[in-house]
Amino acid sequence: MRSDPKDYELVAPGSLQAAVGLLARSPGEWLPIAGGTDVMVQYAAGKLPSRKLVSIWNLAELRSIEVLANEIRLGAGCTYTNIREHGVIGREFPMLSSAARWTGGIANQNRGTLGGNIVNASPAADSLPALLAYDAELILISVRGERRLPYAGFHAGYKKTKLAPDELIRAVCLPRRFSGYVCHARKVGSRNAQAISKVCMAALGRVAGQTVEDVHIAVGSVAPVPLRLSETELMLRGKVINESLVSAAKKMAVAEIRPIDDIRSTAKYRAAVTGNLVAEFLNLLSADGKA
Amino acid sequence: MSSSGEDRSKSEISFTVNGEQKTVLAFPMERLLDVLRLQLGLTGAKEGCGEGECGSCSLLMDGTLVNSCLVPALQAQGASIVTIEGLDASAGSQRLQEAFLECGGAQCGICTPGMILAASHLLNKNPRPTLEEIKEGLSGNLCRCTGYLQIFEAIATAAGRETAASS
Repeated sequence: MRSDPKDYELVAPGSLQAAVGLLARSPGEWLPIAGGTDVMVQYAAGKLPSRKLVSIWNLAELRSIEVLANEIRLGAGCTYTNIREHGVIGREFPMLSSAARWTGGIANQNRGTLGGNIVNASPAADSLPALLAYDAELILISVRGERRLPYAGFHAGYKKTKLAPDELIRAVCLPRRFSGYVCHARKVGSRNAQAISKVCMAALGRVAGQTVEDVHIAVGSVAPVPLRLSETELMLRGKVINESLVSAAKKMAVAEIRPIDDIRSTAKYRAAVTGNLVAEFLNLLSADGKA
Repeated sequence: MSSSGEDRSKSEISFTVNGEQKTVLAFPMERLLDVLRLQLGLTGAKEGCGEGECGSCSLLMDGTLVNSCLVPALQAQGASIVTIEGLDASAGSQRLQEAFLECGGAQCGICTPGMILAASHLLNKNPRPTLEEIKEGLSGNLCRCTGYLQIFEAIATAAGRETAASS
């Protein structure tokens, strides 16, 4: 049932410090809302977990994109449009740019934020495999201070994260060490815009000749959380790409995921597509080694 | 006027709509869509899905396209909002609306205000979009009548005219 606005409180503290101050006074009571592209949908369906909301939309401290020598620090309040329009992100982190382009339509890209996408913790979110593949780190902030942790492992389970009740994501850090890598991102869904993925993948790698030097493969929509295929990666490192390696990688990738049947797809289809996407990526990597 | 508990939990929210300064008394979590339609009588923005999928409630907020069903009223504080009712003024949007008429870009009309606002947003950023760019710019706006081709053609036509006019 639709929610009645008179039952809900919404405040806009106007600064990051004031927002985390409010969270600290009664941890877990206030639900942060940025562009509302997830929260307002749950609100419309009468499914919001809280009746007290704190607006963090457009807080200047969360909107900056800092290009440092060794990393890019993206404010958690940056929208998909901000990401799409940023030149350095487009050049050095093209899979994140692509994911931003695939998310929702233009109006949702103008309002949806990267931090919101992470905290909403949907296993089907398009931008999250890219963050995993690029070894992103998160800076979390509360009145207790800031802490920095790898994004891998941030999702503790389906829709569960390591964010403490008094914390916000302040920034997402992307290490600038993937130039020269082959990148391959794919969204498999009913249509690109406004459709949630059946399977999405972000993978990057580097070969010397046909030998895999480094490889990162991340997938979404095939497990309770966005996933790095760590065992497949480990198996691939140092090996020569050939048909039997590709076939072994497909099998191992399928063994690592936990896909389900739901309204968008079936476990069987998702497993087959995951294997095929891994094979497609390895073939691109191999072609790069021959070029 | 009675001062009920309801009124006390409402907030005064000020913004400009189509160039006019407005102050409304609304619950902070009221949807901007409802405030515009029910309090200000601006019924150009339609409610389709109510969950940010269909684009029929599109409007421009500080120059960017948003779905007003997903904007809590409080977040409109201080914003500059343009609805379809306010788009008439510029020459570019006149051409866009004429092109929709010429090309059959409007049928039942529910999606049309959103389509025109999304098109206007696209042309502001990219005055000469390719067909692919037009499709992407409108990908968040659904139409159940036209099959889209007439809408794409209308935007291409308007863009062509803008190009001709500016050269």
